[in-house]
Amino acid sequence: MAETIKFELNGKQVNVEVEPDHTLLWVLRSHFDLTGTKYGCGLGYCGSCTVLMNNDPVRSCGIMMEDVAGTKIVTIEGLAKNGELHPVQQAFVDNDALQCGYCTPGMIMNAVGLLERNPNPSRQEIIDGMEDNLCRCGAHTRIIDAIASVSDKKKGVVQP
Amino acid sequence: MKADKIDSFYFHDVNTPPTQVNRREFLKNLGGGVIIVFSLSQLAFRVGYKSLDQDDIPQFNAFLRVKEDGRVECYSGKIEMGQGINTSLAQALADELEVDISQVDMILGDTNLCPHDDGTWGSLTTRFHEPLIRAAAAEAREVLKKLASEKLEVPVDQLNASNGKITYKNDSSKSISYAELTNGQKIIQSVSEKPELKKSDEFNVIGKSFHRRDAVEKVTGKALYSADMRLPGMLYAAIIRPDAHGSKLLSVDTSAAEKIEGIQIKKDDDLIAILHENPETAERTRFLVKAEWEKLPSKADNESIFEHIKKTATNRRVRYEGGDLETGKNESELTFEHEYHDGYKAHASIEPHSATAIYEDGKITMWASSQTPFGTRQEVAEKLGIPKEDVHIKQIFLGGGFGGKIYNRQAVEAARLAKMVEGTPIQLMWNRSEEFMYDMFRPAAVIKVNSGITKNGAIKLWDFDIYCAGDRGTELFYEVPNHRTTNLNGQDVHPFGTGAWRAPGNSTNTFARESHIDIMAHSVGMDPLEFRLKNMNNQRAINSLKVAADKFGWTKEKPPKGTGRGIAVGFDAGTFATIIVEVDVNTQNGEVKVKRAVVGQDMGQIVNPQGAIIQAEGCVNMGLGYSLMEDIEFDWGEVKTNNFSNYQIPLFSDIPEVIETAFVDAMDEPPQGGGEPAIICMGGAVANAVFEACGARVFRLPVTPERVLAALKEKG
Repeated sequence: MAETIKFELNGKQVNVEVEPDHTLLWVLRSHFDLTGTKYGCGLGYCGSCTVLMNNDPVRSCGIMMEDVAGTKIVTIEGLAKNGELHPVQQAFVDNDALQCGYCTPGMIMNAVGLLERNPNPSRQEIIDGMEDNLCRCGAHTRIIDAIASVSDKKKGVVQP
Repeated sequence: MKADKIDSFYFHDVNTPPTQVNRREFLKNLGGGVIIVFSLSQLAFRVGYKSLDQDDIPQFNAFLRVKEDGRVECYSGKIEMGQGINTSLAQALADELEVDISQVDMILGDTNLCPHDDGTWGSLTTRFHEPLIRAAAAEAREVLKKLASEKLEVPVDQLNASNGKITYKNDSSKSISYAELTNGQKIIQSVSEKPELKKSDEFNVIGKSFHRRDAVEKVTGKALYSADMRLPGMLYAAIIRPDAHGSKLLSVDTSAAEKIEGIQIKKDDDLIAILHENPETAERTRFLVKAEWEKLPSKADNESIFEHIKKTATNRRVRYEGGDLETGKNESELTFEHEYHDGYKAHASIEPHSATAIYEDGKITMWASSQTPFGTRQEVAEKLGIPKEDVHIKQIFLGGGFGGKIYNRQAVEAARLAKMVEGTPIQLMWNRSEEFMYDMFRPAAVIKVNSGITKNGAIKLWDFDIYCAGDRGTELFYEVPNHRTTNLNGQDVHPFGTGAWRAPGNSTNTFARESHIDIMAHSVGMDPLEFRLKNMNNQRAINSLKVAADKFGWTKEKPPKGTGRGIAVGFDAGTFATIIVEVDVNTQNGEVKVKRAVVGQDMGQIVNPQGAIIQAEGCVNMGLGYSLMEDIEFDWGEVKTNNFSNYQIPLFSDIPEVIETAFVDAMDEPPQGGGEPAIICMGGAVANAVFEACGARVFRLPVTPERVLAALKEKG
């Protein structure tokens, strides 16, 4: 039976009438038309559906709507503010940290979450933090560089 | 140019999209500006390019238009799947036309707007499309100069084109913009036989690095892929699948599924689909359908496939031949006979195959994740029994292709469903397990090599039998007086579909050849670099090897035990590529870590160096997968690999900490392929590096820890 679920989505309070066991991924994509969050595997292996839930990166394909009630969700569409790209988005552009772009929203959301927890990660910490987000085009090296460039800027120091 | 040849095309600003218009009508409907059309047959650039679809041989292959506001549109049937042509083709155009790249709009892969194109594969875009676009841009520039000459009353040869303006050389106040020149004009012209193309020292944009032009769309989630289309009333489709290829449907019971509110079940011959306005409801209802299938008996699995291949691929065709093998044997002081194996590999794009379609009034409009929009149009038209002019495939981004999206099964499925629910849009996105099952895999293959050398390391004999990998990249660039390369294929070899995987077959062939070269070098105690240079007879191959070796800092001195360096050289899509890697091997558990990779390439003219470097890096990182970890598990038609949990692709911790790329300077040479060549070298480079690190020679890809340990044990 469908239920009304209330949560905050990209800074706005929303209500949605859905089956409580349906997943956040498909509700974002088909109910809210927020198609920046991508389906890649449906079982949490690839990370292309990553969004922020209360500032933590989560795989939206494995999050039931009943668990979304009362939370704060941010998707790739909610990252840029007043037409200005989020520093991680800008870093992906500046470092050419993408090719086909399909894994990119998930990569960026995971990186934003990573930097929330650890604003100045070492290269190894970036690798560990991004480990389970898959990219088939092979943009990994530049994704690491992009994330490192943001963390460096924040602290003003360069990590080895 | 005869305008009746452009009948089937129309532009953005044509009010009524015509599918068939006569010359007069076309010209009437067409917006203003300077339009340059260009055909492959006009130009010598077409050498090596062959249209597969004979009915559709392009009257012209692309065109560009300088609009009345001075912006430039370029229409091309190619698609953007990450390789960056949206940027590099715009660069080529901007340079010859003398406009800022930001003024250029690329319209890609729309079958109504763009001229016919066979498909985006084979690293053909830069090789064969870029010269055409440059030619058209150069032609447009000359047309604009002529117009300016009339307006400014100055001879053409006294005019300069720059930054969207034409200026009198002797008096820069005499100047006129492209927008002013094209305003109120309508000039349609074909490219002349010999357009005045720039030499490399005149390039302003070609050869300079540019960031991706689609990056902002892609980092904000605005870039649209085919399953991102949202149309009113759209239904999502889920298709009932068997467990194994070749299965026959015995019975199907949809009664439980039919009870779900809003469900529609559609059957058409072998196609049984569930449609629902909610994608998850459609997907989950799949499990309520009881279908019984009869499976084919198994003939092989992922271990026994190689014996099966040798038994069934018996049609021999000699591809290259020279000298006499018997003489080669007699002249050889040392001979080597080995067999190399490679299992099936998936394309594993992160975006699964998908398509959105709406069928109305006998016509269908589709967005499909396809590397061959015109092929999709043809297939859909045939399946629906409608003229191909009534199938419109629209421009869309692809979330990776790698050859896997040359095949359009999902588009045909979506089209069939759309026709069954006329007027209602349908979206079909394969789930990950369907994506693995219906992948057109890189084929499993066996290569048998029989060779001989003198004690001085001169190759005298080369007999190369290729079972199922095809002969791409196997023309020898080593000097061998007695050689033969043979292709072996057969019917009923593979249990499922196989197809083009980034540089088809060439990764397998290069792994076998370069492993074997390494074995011969080591057998006479020669350095693998020295052995290659001694035997190579192609200067471009030598150049690619040398730039890589220089960048790597190759020396004859061997690294400490446990660390190894490996070289592989290959030829693909007009480019010679070399990869040198450095690896660490853990001899306790067999794990291999690639620490560093250097790519050296002779790829002719480089349009966007940054783009070329990124493609090389992609080849290294994607190539690590087939080299070290990727393999499809199956029992004949049953593909057991069904998600990324059992098909591991390279992770962040797998990729080399350092990837460097060096190019041979050849800016006045024609551009060659960049998307595929380097990937072919990864398997051989890794296997050779593992050997130097620990003495384990692995003859089968991927080089897994188990295979390293087994090879170590065998070596003793």
